[in-house]
Amino acid sequence: MKGEVYRVAGPVVTITGIKPKMYDVVHVGHEGLMGEVIRIEGAKATVQVYEDTSGIKPGEPVMNTGMSLSVELGPGLLESIYDGIQRPLKVLQEKMGDFIERGVTANGLDREKVWEFKPTVSGGDSVKGGETIGIVQETENIEHKIMVPPNVSGTVDEIRSGKFKVDETVCILTDGTEISLMQKWPVRKPRPVSSKFIPRRPLITGQRILDGLFPVAKGGTAAIPGPFGSGKTVTQQQLAKWSDTDIVVYIGCGERGNEMADVLNEFPELQDPKTGRPLMERTVLIANTSNMPVAAREASVYTGITIAEYYRDMGYDVSLMADSSSRWAEAMREISSRLEEMPGEEGYPAYLSARLSEFYERAGAVKSLSGEEGSITVIGAVSPPGGDFSEPVTQNTLRIVKVFWALDAKLAQRRHFPSINWLTSYSLYTQGLSDWFAENVAPDWVPLRDNAMDLLQQESELQEIVQLVGSDALPEDQQLILEICRMIREYFLQQNAFHPVDTYCPFDKQYKLLKAISKYSDMAQAALESGIPMKDILALESKDELAKVKFEEEFDSALNVVLDKMDKEFAALGGN
Amino acid sequence: MTKEYKTIIEISGPLVFLEKTEPVGYGELVHINLPDGTSKRGQVLDTSADIVAVQVFEGTGGLNEEAGVVFAGETIKLPVARDMLGRILSGSGEPLDGGPRIVPEDRVDVNGASMNPYSRKPPEDFIQTGISTIDGTNTLVRGQKLPIFSGSGLPHNEIALQIARQAKVPGSTEDFAVVFAAMGITNEEAQYFMEDFEKTGALERAVVFLNLADDPAVERIITPRMALTAAEYLAYEHDMHVLVILTDITNYCEALRQMGAAREEVPGRRGYPGYMYTDLASLYERAGVIKGRKGSVTQFSILTMPGDDITHPIPDLSGYITEGQIVVSRELHRKGIYPPINVLPSLSRLMNSGIGDGKTRDDHKAVSDQMYAGYAEGRDLRGLVAIVGKEALSERDQRILEFADLFEDRFVRQGRDEDRSIEETLSVAWEILSEIPESLLTRIDNKYINKYHPAHKSN
Ligand SMILES: Nc1ncnc2c1ncn2[C@@H]1O[C@H](COP(=O)(O)OP(=O)(O)OP(=O)(O)O)[C@@H](O)[C@H]1O
Ligand SMILES: [Mg+2]
Repeated sequence: MKGEVYRVAGPVVTITGIKPKMYDVVHVGHEGLMGEVIRIEGAKATVQVYEDTSGIKPGEPVMNTGMSLSVELGPGLLESIYDGIQRPLKVLQEKMGDFIERGVTANGLDREKVWEFKPTVSGGDSVKGGETIGIVQETENIEHKIMVPPNVSGTVDEIRSGKFKVDETVCILTDGTEISLMQKWPVRKPRPVSSKFIPRRPLITGQRILDGLFPVAKGGTAAIPGPFGSGKTVTQQQLAKWSDTDIVVYIGCGERGNEMADVLNEFPELQDPKTGRPLMERTVLIANTSNMPVAAREASVYTGITIAEYYRDMGYDVSLMADSSSRWAEAMREISSRLEEMPGEEGYPAYLSARLSEFYERAGAVKSLSGEEGSITVIGAVSPPGGDFSEPVTQNTLRIVKVFWALDAKLAQRRHFPSINWLTSYSLYTQGLSDWFAENVAPDWVPLRDNAMDLLQQESELQEIVQLVGSDALPEDQQLILEICRMIREYFLQQNAFHPVDTYCPFDKQYKLLKAISKYSDMAQAALESGIPMKDILALESKDELAKVKFEEEFDSALNVVLDKMDKEFAALGGN
Repeated sequence: MTKEYKTIIEISGPLVFLEKTEPVGYGELVHINLPDGTSKRGQVLDTSADIVAVQVFEGTGGLNEEAGVVFAGETIKLPVARDMLGRILSGSGEPLDGGPRIVPEDRVDVNGASMNPYSRKPPEDFIQTGISTIDGTNTLVRGQKLPIFSGSGLPHNEIALQIARQAKVPGSTEDFAVVFAAMGITNEEAQYFMEDFEKTGALERAVVFLNLADDPAVERIITPRMALTAAEYLAYEHDMHVLVILTDITNYCEALRQMGAAREEVPGRRGYPGYMYTDLASLYERAGVIKGRKGSVTQFSILTMPGDDITHPIPDLSGYITEGQIVVSRELHRKGIYPPINVLPSLSRLMNSGIGDGKTRDDHKAVSDQMYAGYAEGRDLRGLVAIVGKEALSERDQRILEFADLFEDRFVRQGRDEDRSIEETLSVAWEILSEIPESLLTRIDNKYINKYHPAHKSN
């Protein structure tokens, strides 16, 4: 049955003549622009259209697919870059050149590519939703498990092996159900799991302030709010590059085209620290930049999280970065205002908070339907207007997520990177991960870290006094605290994402670095107590040399040289 | 489609509503013919089987129900040609210089399609502007969008012109062009630009679009799109490196706000439309470089911050889209420093890809970081000195304090015609860095200190 266009106002089109269901995908106009039904009112339905609607006229035809907005899941997702509705940007470029025209459809998965399928079940086996029936080696390190779709179960009648295209049948159940390498899943509906559990393993990011002070757990949620230019994207990209995760889904949601080009340029060249393979082989990119249609921007985060869930179901640790969740919220606001819905706070729709929590709820450490343990860690950038964290998107996000990395414009301005404020940020996983750290990093890691945090807290109080009387007026032991804190900030917390060595710092190195600062601190304190003048203690060369060891490729030997020198210098001071 | 409708039922602000039309396309160009023989242009904003809403670019002054409305059957297009170089056009693309109409090589939709991110080539070619605070600490690269955030009465126009005059890619002889679009600036300001362009011969290589303060505000919505369409055409069809100067983005946003109010939309922050981010992005994102094509579009636009407030929605949303910003400071201007660029809130996000060995110099990044750290600390100390006096500072802090002064006086300050090469910029940087103790240069690798520090270099 065909309907027709009644009204066009930007990305929102009203149609008549058909009776679609909510969230049905329809094709609008002679060019068949893709859209999704978002409101039904009497004989009319409202559609958000994922492409530019210029030139569309009332009376043009509308066709209902009867299907909800879905993604294609199967081998070939990795190394792809998609727009918000899973159209491969590479295919779009081949079909229409360097600028995105409209009305072009493209399958999420390549229909021509052939994959080697190795079955893991045999005829007569009974299988249920989520269970693996075979394996495809998708990239060098990722075994792609071909799973029975969640809502299907039965007994295997026939199972094939060999080379297949994604839409070819590899398994037939006795009831006639055919299973291919690919399945479809509606993006707005979370994929089912058998249970969720409390995350107990940290996501190791190689970023000192994150791993060290405010760790996120695998399966946890984190938000990184900050004004423009404070480091959200760089931090997200660092996480995508260096985290010890199996799969990365990176969503550029309403942000810059050049940033995505950057990722595309860099990731094939960089090595996954875990496997040594090109990073791109574990990455799926979704790019719906700020100048691409807003409705597709709204869809992009759902497309991303559904792909993440699919790999989680195979038992992988997935991390998903959404840059920026604020642009997603704004897309909702834009559509909502076109619908003339009653606006809530700052014009955002009243359902903003519900949508945000539904999204973050799709993170988690889970037991999949087939009993595999997998996780999705979600890290959302937030871009508050004017850098003011009291605005609705930041506030609603903070109510949900467990880790808060607060970016600070003041730190960014003085090029203290990452400009994450150590006093206002927090992680609610710190306690729960302590055992893991004690076991896997060092037994004294937790006290070492807590002590550093404690000193930084003291520093901020002392700074207030310094602002009034100058630092020379402080007693010497307090001056020493200020110096130690400066070392913690500059030697440990500061980490240049663009430095070839320091961009990634393994946990062992983080520990040794902090331990070295602590060693200086202890020796300096002892020296001070035995009457050695402060200025002599501060003048030690080894202290300044410690600043640069993090940049050394041969870190351990460089550190040892400095530590030996430190011992000698303190000994030479006498006192103890 | 030449049918003329006389079915206007309402005129409200810049909007005209009419009924009983045949199906009209969204975004279509509209001609409105007045009884006195003149005509105006507009664009379809909302179209349905019952009512069509049209936004009129030249304003609705003088319109009534008598006017006839003709729908062009296509969206707004700009006739483009290489011959546009040297021409002065109105804010809606009509010749203002008394010259002939442009003989089009093509007609292009002014809204432009969005560049496929997959087709983008990450910008990385260093542009030397000859201004130390830009080249040294906030480097501009080809294909970047880097606006000037300024305030009323500050010398942003001088800076923009100095850049337009001096900008070059060292060692390159490729074709370049300037596209200049005035949006709501005064006639005097426009004259200032035009005179400079004429004096330096830059006009031959420029396309100028002028929408002045007394031109209709609605036209301002279309002016930057015309300019960017021309720029893209010259860049991607004629292989030119185009520098686009849009001024003033603030006037553009005011026009956007006015339009939103006329449409009775629910306003966003401080009355600006909720879609202003997306709208601005549709301008700024039209900068870039495309894989396999020779030309590029670089944007260096001017934005005056209302009340010098960087958190105002106009600079704020811009900062969230552009690849950094150059901030002009009233404080430095009052101190008599030109160009009064405050590097601390300034940023070039693409700097890292444009500098270093083989591009500028191996020590560039480290030197820049060190100067930032020193200057930031020095400025903090100024605040402290005001309270506790200079004597309360440690020896170390006093040196840092002096560094901040040197930085402003020697690195920031330069002549209006002083075109410093990157080598000169970095030499000035080392000269002032050598005034602070070496042990404080924690951001600089020893190998660079040995190579470039004046104390080491000479022996
Ligand atoms: N860890 C880091 N190391 C070095 N430089 C950094 C780091 N983090 C941020 N920067 C610097 O800060 C600049 C801005 O960072 P980024 O682009 O991540 O900001 P953002 O918060 O994403 O801004 P926006 O909201 O406008 O997208 C970068 O271009 C880089 O120069
Ligand atoms: Mg960003």
